[in-house]
Amino acid sequence: MSAVAASTVDASLFALCLRLGDSALILSQRLGAWCGHGPALEEDIALTNTALDLLGQARLWLSLAGEVEGAGRDEDALAYWRDDREFRNLLITEQPNGDYAQTMVRQFLFDAWHRLVLERLGEHHDSRVAAIAAKAHKEVLYHLRRSADWVVRLGDGTEESHARTQATLDLLWPHAGEMFLIDEIDGEGLRADWDAQVDAVLADATLCRPASTWAQQGSGQGRHTEHLSRLLAEMQVVARAHPGAHW
Amino acid sequence: MVAARPAVETVWQWLSAVLDPEIPVISVVELGIVREVAWREESLVVTVTPTYSGCPATEVISADIEGALRAHGIEQVRIETRLAPAWTTDWLAEPAREKLRAFGIAPPGRRDPPLSPTGPTQRPGRVLDIRSLDAEAAPVCPHCGSAHTRLVSGFGSTPCKSAHVCNDCLEPFERFKCH
Repeated sequence: MSAVAASTVDASLFALCLRLGDSALILSQRLGAWCGHGPALEEDIALTNTALDLLGQARLWLSLAGEVEGAGRDEDALAYWRDDREFRNLLITEQPNGDYAQTMVRQFLFDAWHRLVLERLGEHHDSRVAAIAAKAHKEVLYHLRRSADWVVRLGDGTEESHARTQATLDLLWPHAGEMFLIDEIDGEGLRADWDAQVDAVLADATLCRPASTWAQQGSGQGRHTEHLSRLLAEMQVVARAHPGAHW
Repeated sequence: MVAARPAVETVWQWLSAVLDPEIPVISVVELGIVREVAWREESLVVTVTPTYSGCPATEVISADIEGALRAHGIEQVRIETRLAPAWTTDWLAEPAREKLRAFGIAPPGRRDPPLSPTGPTQRPGRVLDIRSLDAEAAPVCPHCGSAHTRLVSGFGSTPCKSAHVCNDCLEPFERFKCH
């Protein structure tokens, strides 16, 4: 393999690891903000368990990204010392927690995608990618079961919970399309499988699938919504105020 | 030339005394996370497979293993992490299941068919219907033995456990999730 071809492969692998690692990291940070604020003890524990799984997955992806890049950056350097324009997380993962419907619909739309992507990456030709994907996939099945349950519970709940869940679905929907437009992931069939999963749950939840197919894009080039900068400010402040600190 | 380099069988026995920090009735060997013990030149290399990606006990376990081996006089210990095949509760030793029950934690069900301890991780069938993903039968209450129990939450006090309540004795309990 020529040097040029090899570096293209590395760049593509690096981009893939950042996509998955950053998405897991940012969603983990969002869910972590619920710690101590969950509507019930079990919910508090479930949200933070999910956050913990995603954080563990983010560490694996970002460590591999650093290894592939070969520039001496480890998981911490990538998490704490990049600015918003260098992050490659999907836009949906940085959206605010809002009310419980917003947190759970965001989780469900992402989980349904995450599960399918990890299933496919389990067959990836790079054994390191396949290993992380296979491991993460097992954990994501729990996340998906739970978020799907909540979408049904809230959508098919009271008039108030139904209205708020439909409103949040309409709000987040434009951020869903971007999940299928990732250069490094073959979107072939992914969208159809995702639609089948999501439509079945939305039907159970008595929710209407938004008609618009317009997709907000930009995270692949580091163009994010305004929410990411503030999230990063909070996540990175201690590491940046005390560079290299240990405890 | 090292005169008293212990056999790996001996090391396995020592590791059988290293307990899981979160569930201190089962050892790291019974948990199925120690995948290999081998001498590489002058270093003893212990290969460990993590349970859950974000399990905070993973680093404690590595430190405990290292500490135990040093206490047995081994100076050069290296802990290596192996992700594939992914850990599964099918690797839990049979006696460990009974110990979990006695400790008040319902043991995990078995996958059907069981996953091979050495082979590639078996990929689950492509089930697109999310509702049919939840196939695990209700656990038996570890306190009173009743099969009449209900799930409270799929997430318990640690990533590996779920929360349940017994409908008969009314006691809450945790289950080690089938993973």
